Amino acid sequence: MTPPDSSIARYEHGSRIPGWDDAVDLAKDPAGIPDPALTPVPAELRAAIEASMAKYPDFRSAAIPALHAAQELHGWCSPEAIEQVACVMRLTPAYLTAVATFYDMFSTVPVGRQTVYVCTNISCSLRGADALYAAMQDAAGDDPDFNVRAFECLGACDIAPMASVNGAYVGPLELADAETIVAQLRAGEDVLPDKQLLRRKVADPRAASGPAPSTAAPTLFEDEDA
Amino acid sequence: MTELLLFRDIDEPGLATIDVYKRRGGYQSLERALRMPREEVLQNLLDSGLRGRGGAGFAMGKKVSFLPKGTIDKYLVCNADESEPGTFKDRELMQKSPHMLVEGMIIAAYAADANRSFIYIRGEYEQQAEILERAIAEAEAAGYLGERILGSDHSQSLVLHRGAGAYICGEETGLLDSLEGKRGNPRLKPPFPANQGLYQGPTLINNVETLATVPTIIKLGGAEYAKLGTETSTGTKLVSVSGNVQRPGNYEIELGIPSREIIYGLAGGPEPGREVKLWFPGGSSSPVLEAKDLDLPYDFDSMAKAGSMLGSGAIIVVDDSVRVVDVALKLAKFYRHESCGKCTPCREGTNWTVKMLQRVESGEATPMDLDIIASVQDQIMGNCLCVLGDAMAMPVASMVKKFRGEFEAHIEERRAAAGLGAPHFDAPLDAALHGAPSGVHA
Repeated sequence: MTPPDSSIARYEHGSRIPGWDDAVDLAKDPAGIPDPALTPVPAELRAAIEASMAKYPDFRSAAIPALHAAQELHGWCSPEAIEQVACVMRLTPAYLTAVATFYDMFSTVPVGRQTVYVCTNISCSLRGADALYAAMQDAAGDDPDFNVRAFECLGACDIAPMASVNGAYVGPLELADAETIVAQLRAGEDVLPDKQLLRRKVADPRAASGPAPSTAAPTLFEDEDA
Repeated sequence: MTELLLFRDIDEPGLATIDVYKRRGGYQSLERALRMPREEVLQNLLDSGLRGRGGAGFAMGKKVSFLPKGTIDKYLVCNADESEPGTFKDRELMQKSPHMLVEGMIIAAYAADANRSFIYIRGEYEQQAEILERAIAEAEAAGYLGERILGSDHSQSLVLHRGAGAYICGEETGLLDSLEGKRGNPRLKPPFPANQGLYQGPTLINNVETLATVPTIIKLGGAEYAKLGTETSTGTKLVSVSGNVQRPGNYEIELGIPSREIIYGLAGGPEPGREVKLWFPGGSSSPVLEAKDLDLPYDFDSMAKAGSMLGSGAIIVVDDSVRVVDVALKLAKFYRHESCGKCTPCREGTNWTVKMLQRVESGEATPMDLDIIASVQDQIMGNCLCVLGDAMAMPVASMVKKFRGEFEAHIEERRAAAGLGAPHFDAPLDAALHGAPSGVHA
């Protein structure tokens, strides 16, 4: 139950900030709100952001939906993506970078398109999530197309150990499922259809039309001495 | 066992659509509520004794009544961030019965006279967000949302807002900042959200399950609902049981039934041959209880009396094959990762707790470090803007207190295994402070 402490990237001197010791260009002006004439923004991204902004009393509320849209398009919150959002929302890139770096689902470094979040929080780790995460990393190898991450509680401890594969929750997973997930993602197939959360009945046996769930308990308890 | 209220039709195929939901009696409570004066709806909520299902357990009716009266912009926010480890009840509700939440939100907003409402759903719940989005569109098309709903004087808009992965956004003021498009840092309280919340306006914030219970309360009547459960913990509660049990999942229980009945009766207990070592009664933030506490009734007050809390109703069971040090370290790392960094006791306290627990894990610690861990937890509690720090301090402090012998034995075992030689702590001083440390010199 003790994985390497890799959740927080550390640089020299223990800093968490990439580029913390890069020299600052003192002659450069801070980035202002990007000039619309000089910042090309894809039409569909602009439309998505403007639609979000219209939903709230204060347009700033659309910052997170807008970053979601930009990340979807660019694959990550690249400086270019942030600039495009800033241009449409009339905010500075610094403001949006501050927001993007706060939330776990936004990435400010390039990542693979195939996102696999393996929950390694308490309930999942009691059922072998740490071994599953290692298996998932092995299965994906160094394929740059994959973004395999250990994630905090994803809110699906009933199917522990589980993973969110491009947003779809699957579980309970066995170690062998890691290879299957990677193969199915590469082939563009539906991931583990039988183990998808959306097809699962509620556990409470008294729920009217819900039969008792499968009693086949997952056998993924980690050997303590392993 | 009483009748199920929230889970009655939960696995009905198509319940997520408005047609099936209405066929099952959906939106009738809304029609009834909109024919009542606002005060009567509020009175029903007060009579029901419904306590918040998100963690704090504050009386919902009272929270509604705190909102100022008058024609100012008021907001209703549904907290669907559900990020407390071990909790997954709201997910089941939103995914399978989204209209129950929408209906509850319209009734609650009517009682509070709020015209703008938001659901803040955690970013990871992509599938549930899609389902809710469809449900909201259906409700709008059916005239349950919008201007002058069903001919009454109540108008309401409902916007679904997806977060992007941050535990702190489950804290109400962190959630508000996040909903305003900022980093999710908690705010100083007071002013409380009821006076100054979203966009500085009066705001009512409730958990998904709390709001989804509102239609049932209107259907039964507040006083009738209050007959369920115990005197101070009324109604039914969804509990999420997870960890070392044979049938993890969501169960609807009447508050006040013995905890053993939930963990062993419903969830099947640990694997054969294993015993419950410790359990979290209300999510990973609640102080742990032991096997001897299993016969306590599961309600707000009994859990508080036992030194823990009912919290979000997430029971995490840990069996005797697991080392308590691993559990403590796992939790501490989680809270270190999720601390927003605004308040020093939480930011530094979570970090140092992880470092000290790592020393315990590697055998470099002495029993005195356990005292330092306990004192750090003491200094976090109550000293920050929000309770994230407390959420680590409470379970870690309770584990160190209740399982001190195991911590000490672990230190000793690891020290010997690592070949670190004899302990260099001052044994007489330690003994003078705490009595003879158990299991160390065995």
